[in-house]
Amino acid sequence: MTKYNSMIETISLAHGDGGELTHQLISDLFLRYFHDEALQPLNDAALLPFPAGRLALTTDSFVVKPLFFPGGNIGTLAVNGTVNDLAVSGARPLYLTVGLILEEGLPISVLEEVIVNIATAAREAGIAIVTGDTKVVEHGHGDLIYINTTGIGVVDDCINLDYRRIRPGDVIICSGSVGDHGLAVIAARENFGLEGLKSDCAALHTLILPLLENFSSTVKWLRDPTRGGLATTMKELAQSAQVNIILSEEAIPVHDNVRGGAEILGLDYLYLANEGKFCAVVDKIAVEDVLAFLRRHSLGREAAVIGEIKKGSGRVFLRTALGATRELYLLSGLQLPRIC
Amino acid sequence: METWSTYQQKELANRLLLRVKSLAAAIAGKYGRRPVIMEVCGTHTVALSRTGLRSLLAGCIDLRSGPGCPVCVTAPEEIDYMLFLARQPGVIIATFGDMVRVPGSMGSLEKAKIEGYQIQVCYSPREAVTLARSNPDREIIFLGIGFETTAPAVGLAVKEAAVLRLKNFTIYSAHKLVPPALASLAGDPELKLDGLLLPGHVSAIVGRWAFTFLAKEYNLPAAIAGFEALDILGALLELLVQIQEGEAQVINAYPRVVSEKGNPKAQEILREVFSLAPSNWRGLGLIPLSGLKLNNAYQAFDATRRWPLAIRPSPPPEGCRCGSVLKGLSLPTQCPLFGRHCTPLRPVGPCMVSSEGSCAAYYRYSRKAG
Repeated sequence: MTKYNSMIETISLAHGDGGELTHQLISDLFLRYFHDEALQPLNDAALLPFPAGRLALTTDSFVVKPLFFPGGNIGTLAVNGTVNDLAVSGARPLYLTVGLILEEGLPISVLEEVIVNIATAAREAGIAIVTGDTKVVEHGHGDLIYINTTGIGVVDDCINLDYRRIRPGDVIICSGSVGDHGLAVIAARENFGLEGLKSDCAALHTLILPLLENFSSTVKWLRDPTRGGLATTMKELAQSAQVNIILSEEAIPVHDNVRGGAEILGLDYLYLANEGKFCAVVDKIAVEDVLAFLRRHSLGREAAVIGEIKKGSGRVFLRTALGATRELYLLSGLQLPRIC
Repeated sequence: METWSTYQQKELANRLLLRVKSLAAAIAGKYGRRPVIMEVCGTHTVALSRTGLRSLLAGCIDLRSGPGCPVCVTAPEEIDYMLFLARQPGVIIATFGDMVRVPGSMGSLEKAKIEGYQIQVCYSPREAVTLARSNPDREIIFLGIGFETTAPAVGLAVKEAAVLRLKNFTIYSAHKLVPPALASLAGDPELKLDGLLLPGHVSAIVGRWAFTFLAKEYNLPAAIAGFEALDILGALLELLVQIQEGEAQVINAYPRVVSEKGNPKAQEILREVFSLAPSNWRGLGLIPLSGLKLNNAYQAFDATRRWPLAIRPSPPPEGCRCGSVLKGLSLPTQCPLFGRHCTPLRPVGPCMVSSEGSCAAYYRYSRKAG
C-alpha cells in the first residue's frame, strides 16, 4: 500500500467521493490514529453496548480560525467541547463521532496534525471514537477544516442537575479564570502580539464527575460558559430559573494578561469564550467543602465564589469594584476590536 | 492572579469618590446646577459605564459624551464616498471592522459586501499593504479613519507602499484631529461646558501642550485621564478643584503615559505624510484644519485623485440624534430611536455601531430608553 507523503500532498475533491482516495485516507490516516474497537469494522453504523442509566446525547460543530492557537487547536476543541457538554449534564462520556468537512487544497500534514490531536484528546478523556464521516468542499467554500462531533454519555440515576432545584440564597462558583480561550484565539487570529495568552481548552469530566459523586445533593446545576462567556451563561441561567443573579466583579477570577488584553482591544472578558471552565450553583451549606474539593484538582485550582442567587425575574447584576451595580445583558451583535 | 484591585487601590478609589462627590455637590450648591463635564473619548464613555462610575456620579456630575469615537464622527458623505469607492471595478476595500456596519445615505459597506463587492476587514493598515502586494491585479483602497492615534499607523503604511513602489495601493483619508474639534465645542455657546476630560490615547501622541489653548483661549478647565477607575476619578477631582476655584488649566493626570510634547516619532510621520485640511464632522459640521490629507509627495496614494467624485453633503438618517449626542447636547437615551428603532443589531446612526460609540455603550450597560 502506498503511504502518503503528507508533507507535499493536499486534499482534493476526490478524497471525498467515496472512491479509492477516500479509502486511502481512512486506512492511512484515520485508522492509523483512531484505534477504537467499535470503529474497526467500518460498517455504516457502530453497534455499541450501553450501561444502565440515562443516555446523554450532545452535538457541536467547530469552526475556528486559526486552526492552531496557544493552548489548543480545532482537534482538541472538538473533543473537549463535546466531552464538557456531556460532563456538565452529569454524564460520563462514552462514545464520540467525528464528522470532517475539509476544504480542497488543505495540506494533508495539517489534517494529520488535527487527527493526532483528536485521537490524543479522546484517549486522554477516555471517550471512544466510534464512527466518522469525511466530505470535501471546493477550494474557497470552507475554512480548511470544519469538525462536527456528537457525544454519547451515561448519567447515573442518582444525579439530578436541574435549574428547578435552584433557590434564592444558593451560591455560584466558577471553576477558574474567565476569558482565556476567547482572547487567545482572537489574539492568534489577528496577530495582535499579545504575549502569554493561552486557551484553557480542557476536558472537565475528571473534575466534574467526582464532584457530583461527592456533592450530588448540594450541587444543583452546572454549565460550561463557552460561546458568549460567563455573562451570557449567567443571563441564560437567570432567565430559565426565573431568579436574579448578583455577581461580584472583584470575585470573578481573571488573569491579568486577559484583563489587560481585553481592555486594549475594547472587549469585555465577561463575554469571552471559555473552553475549560464551568459554573456551578451550589447550596450555601456546602460552599466551603465544594470550593476546597475543586481547588485540590488542577482544573479547579482558581475556583471562586463569584455570586449569589436572589429572588427575581431573570436579571443579572454585576457589583463593580467601586460598589456600583450594573446590569448584564445578552450580547447584542459581535464584539469587535475597537479602532482608537 | 490578582483581582481587579488590591485592598489599597479600592480604599483609594473610595476616598477619591467621596471627595469627587462632595466637591461636585459644593459646586452644584454654588451654581444651582450640577457641573457639566464632557468625556471626549469613547473609551472613557465605555469605562465610565463599565466601572459603574457613571451611575455613582449621576446625581452630582452632568457627564456628557463627546465626539471621541472615530467611526461616529465620520460624516455621512464620507461614508457615501467609501461606498462609491467600494463599487469601482477591481477594487478591494480594506477597512477597520467598526466601519463596515455604519450606514451612509446609500447603505453600508456591509450591504455592499453582500452585493458582492470586496470588503476586507483589517486590524492594522499594514495588512492592507500586504493585501496589495499579494493581489497585484486588484486595487486596494484603505479607509483611513480615526484620530491622531491611528493616523500615524496609516502614514507608516503609505510610506511602506511608497518604498515598495506599489501602484495598486491608495488610501481614502477621512482622519480627524481632536484639538480643533474641542476648540469648536469649547466655543459653542449652546453647550456651556464646565470642564473637559481629555483623551489619554490621543494625548499620548500630541502631548499635553496641544490642549493648553483650552485654558488660555476658552478659560476651560481640562484634565488628561487614563482609563482605569482611579485614573478617571483622579482627573475628575483635578477638574472639580479648578471649577470650584474658578481656575482654568490643562492638567496631565495620566503622566505615566502622556508627556508634555507627546510622541515625536508619530508626529514626524504625520507631518511627513499628511497636511492639514478642513474636515466635515458628523454633528459638529465643517471644522477648518481638523482633517488630514496626503502631502504632495504622497498624492499617488490618494484614492480621491484616482477616483474623483464631487460629493454632496447628505442629511443624517431621519430621527437620528447622533449629531446632537456627539456634541454633548443630548444623552443617547434622549434620542427617540434609542433602544427601540436603533440597537446594535439594527443601527440607524453610527454611535450605535462602534463599541466606542456613546449610544452603543449606553445600550450595552443600561438599556433604559429616556
